[in-house]
Amino acid sequence: MLATTTAFPYALVVAVFLAALVEMVEALTIVVAVGHARSWRSALEGTGLALACLAVLVAIVGPAISHVPLTPLRVVVGAVLLVFGLQWLRKAILRASGHKALHDEDEIYRATVAELRAAGEPVGRDRLAVVTSFKGVFLEGLEVVIMVVTLGAQRHQILIATASAATATVLVAIVGAIVAKQLNNVPENFMKATVGVLLVSYGVFWSGEGVGVQWPHGDVMLLAIAVLTAAGVWVQIQVARR
Amino acid sequence: MRVFRVVATAVGGTGRFLWDFLVGDTPEIFVAVCVTLAGVALISRHHHSSLGGWVLLVAAFLILSASVTKAIRTSTRK
Repeated sequence: MLATTTAFPYALVVAVFLAALVEMVEALTIVVAVGHARSWRSALEGTGLALACLAVLVAIVGPAISHVPLTPLRVVVGAVLLVFGLQWLRKAILRASGHKALHDEDEIYRATVAELRAAGEPVGRDRLAVVTSFKGVFLEGLEVVIMVVTLGAQRHQILIATASAATATVLVAIVGAIVAKQLNNVPENFMKATVGVLLVSYGVFWSGEGVGVQWPHGDVMLLAIAVLTAAGVWVQIQVARR
Repeated sequence: MRVFRVVATAVGGTGRFLWDFLVGDTPEIFVAVCVTLAGVALISRHHHSSLGGWVLLVAAFLILSASVTKAIRTSTRK
């Protein structure tokens, strides 16, 4: 069964892993731009600091959220996941139907490099480079932290969710270190749509349970909701393309 | 007084950040989700408890559809 307390939570792992992969690919673009335009040391300092802050956030908020009573937690967590999921799906549909440009890592890289070079040579410690790198990684990672904390807290599986996000982050870091450039060939929009479907499914299921819905067939219904949501997204992409 | 101003600025800044982060340029999604959940809570309390689930799922689809349509119209006008 999907996402029960006893079974391994495959859907949670996939959702967090893909979300972290998408966000970290975006963060990598900024880190690489900082490294090339200013200094690799400052880029890595900013990255390390941001990852440490994100880890502290998970360590503080994760255990704290599990003390919140289940019913209000389901409503709030479900609503947040639903809002996030719908936002991700909206972007994915607009990109897939050609109404919004596909995420262009090359363009973001060029713009960031130009901005950093225009700021001139640093005097002493390169704060601009550290801050740019920190902001890039922290802001992209914050969304992943919210997913780790909310998805993980519901099933008390913060550790599995954290491990999944960390694996994606390490994977992007290794690939980034090997190629030392931004990653353009990642099917970002497809991954974004998949994460969106999973977030909306969890959001509908949990917020529904929180406001008193009794789903027929229990947790199996989550799978049915995911299939229906995916079908709905496919229909919306076809309609938006016309 | 200075401490109060610093705290007020920090709280305001955090609030703005959270609003931008959670709501951003799609306030219609945030508002519609809140309204839908309130409606589903009423349905589940007074009528059939599984009917609310289907209402929620259909509403999620309609919210997404409306937000996508709004974005397409805005981009077409530009």
